Amino acid sequence: MTNFRDHMGRPIVAVTGIGVVTSLGVGKADNWAALTSGKSGIHPITRFPVDHLNTRISGMVDFLDSSSKGASPLTYELAETAAHEAVAESGLDSSDFGGPLFLASPPVELDWHERFSLYNSDKQDAGAERLLRVARGLKELDIFETTQFGSIADRLADRFGTRGLPITLSTACASGATAIQLGVEAIRRGECDRALSIGADGSATAEALIRFSLLSALSTHNDIPEKASKPFSKDRDGFVLAEGSGALVLESLEAALARGATVLGILRGCGEKADDFHRTRSKPDGSPAIAAVRAALADAGLSKDEIDYVNAHGTSTPENDKMEHLSLSTVFGERIGSMPVSSNKSMIGHTLSAAGAVEAAFSLMTMRESVIPPTINYDNPDPAIVLDVVPNKKRNAEVRSVLSNSFGFGGQNTCLVMAREPV
Amino acid sequence: MSNPRDVVITGIGLVSSLGEGPDAHWQKLAQPGLQPVLETARFAPYTVHPLPEIDWNLQIAKRGDQRQMETWQRLGTYAAGLALDDAGIKGNDELCTTMDMVVAAGGGERDEAVDAAILAASESRNDRDVLLNEKLTTELRPTLFLAQLSNLLAGNISIVHKVTGSSRTFMGEEGAGVSAVETAAARIRSGQSTHVLVGGAFQTEHSDMLLGYELAGYLHRGPWKPVWQRQGAEGGGVVSGSGGAFLVLEQRDHAMSRGRKIYAELGPVVSGRARRSRGELDAEIAGLLSQAALPNGRLLAMSGASGAHAATTAEKTALDAVETIAARGFSTLTGHMKEAQFPFAVALAALAVDRKAAYPVFDAAAEKPFEGIPASVLATAIGYHQFEGMALVKSA
Repeated sequence: MTNFRDHMGRPIVAVTGIGVVTSLGVGKADNWAALTSGKSGIHPITRFPVDHLNTRISGMVDFLDSSSKGASPLTYELAETAAHEAVAESGLDSSDFGGPLFLASPPVELDWHERFSLYNSDKQDAGAERLLRVARGLKELDIFETTQFGSIADRLADRFGTRGLPITLSTACASGATAIQLGVEAIRRGECDRALSIGADGSATAEALIRFSLLSALSTHNDIPEKASKPFSKDRDGFVLAEGSGALVLESLEAALARGATVLGILRGCGEKADDFHRTRSKPDGSPAIAAVRAALADAGLSKDEIDYVNAHGTSTPENDKMEHLSLSTVFGERIGSMPVSSNKSMIGHTLSAAGAVEAAFSLMTMRESVIPPTINYDNPDPAIVLDVVPNKKRNAEVRSVLSNSFGFGGQNTCLVMAREPV
Repeated sequence: MSNPRDVVITGIGLVSSLGEGPDAHWQKLAQPGLQPVLETARFAPYTVHPLPEIDWNLQIAKRGDQRQMETWQRLGTYAAGLALDDAGIKGNDELCTTMDMVVAAGGGERDEAVDAAILAASESRNDRDVLLNEKLTTELRPTLFLAQLSNLLAGNISIVHKVTGSSRTFMGEEGAGVSAVETAAARIRSGQSTHVLVGGAFQTEHSDMLLGYELAGYLHRGPWKPVWQRQGAEGGGVVSGSGGAFLVLEQRDHAMSRGRKIYAELGPVVSGRARRSRGELDAEIAGLLSQAALPNGRLLAMSGASGAHAATTAEKTALDAVETIAARGFSTLTGHMKEAQFPFAVALAALAVDRKAAYPVFDAAAEKPFEGIPASVLATAIGYHQFEGMALVKSA
């Protein structure tokens, strides 16, 4: 008889559907083919002029209908596309999903194109006064909806027939992992048998790029875009802003097997710990990241020796990669030097609010396919970071369990432990 | 019957135009005929309920921390500090590092001067995208981004008050506040958390925060009126207010073992998403009322009604239909505080339970008196545009 409860007596949570979109393409098949052949999705920015910009490359998703329509429409389409793939794979009804929705998405703001067009549709007064007067005369809700933080989830809830009040969340770069964690927790608490967790981010606007640039967070290696993201390399100089989405259908193992679903993997543990050190820098001793990893292992009921592979946060910023190495070597000890640790961001860039979900999707595929995607652009290793980063070429390997790290601006750290088999 | 895993409220941090702290709010709101604090000139034709004078140093000791935030984050961090102080948690490392946190947040303030300059220049330029790059790269203050990020209110609470057990930020107007309280309560009931900081803040005195309502014409214009009396008046019915509300929710056993004062028990928290365009709101509100396990007898309800015409009419009709309910629309006196609205409603409900007295009517023309001791108080937040929630707060 299958055991449906974990080491703490909670329902075991299975994954029965996976969807993903990145700059490498739509869907698991295209993404996996590109990812395992070491292909980069980073390319020159064409969505807006790059005059005056220090960073002129990104991993934007430029091939969807909404790619040029602003952050809110694109984030919706990214979420919808990934969720559609995941729900279809699960075999559940794609218009009557029947469980709660957890959406990780970027904070919304009135798009500059809308701001310009509202402002220039009138001549009276100036500044905010004019905008407000024009705003109250609008007859359509389209622009309004793009400024409401709950609108994307509301539309997704309509589209997929999810139950109840959808939760839209942000834990910065950990958001996607948090969306999955919330789904896992809802199932474990017995509130539902299934949950739809999505991370989506289509917010790579000029202003977003400039904001990150002003914080010196972005790579400025513009000349060869596909070489710009180089996690764990000595000459890494920042992350590459990117877009994407990942979606998981989570189900109690019992409910999944009862309806004859294919179990794609197990969401075995989640751990988190907030940092109180600084708004953009992590505590020098790495203690919050260390605590998050350890909390995820404890929640999963696995010892540090039972993790086969780490899907790193690996942003390619000087700070993150150093801190991540410190925390991993603290937790895993000497073993870290021989344990595969790779960063998907070397190929897809940093998909921000989506990253945790996108990388969870890839982690699950890593186990299913027994192939570890490489860290590309690893030509100049950082001697201070001794890791087996699966350099430049994929590796065939049995992977029974994965730790996936997400560490956010603002000190929000979330780690997920996934396993191939229920026990 | 009490259960060791009941959710109880042991800390309340409030800021609104009426003042700061639970005592100040109780004293003001218990005065019959209290007049609201209004700012009618700065944002005319809109009226807002402005922030009171606040000495930020009292809760945010380092000037450097204050400088890294704009008013919205300062306000939330301040209100969170009040709640932690009230619960006897502030400064207690053991309790802070194990405390979970769920914050309901929108976004922070943009630089109005930079935006206005860009818009002004756009009138004479066709290369607006280039204009944007030109101005934003040179005129934006680099750290302003951090003051705008939704999750950085929680980030600042971790930095200033050392709350680091976990940190989640929910977005989505009133619904974010509902989900934050609901999730925090579910964590405690299931044994995942022993104590959680939950709440939000809204700083309305910024043109973008008004624009967030007015792009759909939701704001009330013309002379101020109580929240229930704005139907048919000029504009959309919402008068916003600056404020913040944080609660410390705690497992009953945890609170008792450290000998803390308990304001009230947080009973059922229920939420929903009516498809309003299909006319589902009335049925949704009625459904939530039945799920909230309302007690027999008279019931005081702290309504978070925004004034938005359709939603407020639906809520008023539903509450009036239950003869035993005496509602208080607190937005009449505080304005609508968006993400903070539901935590604020729950806080006011807990105060009434704790003080064993109901609030007087805030609007004599639309509200019924309530005599006697309110053993349970309902808190509601029916979103001005979407999402609905309620909670029943009970004597501990």
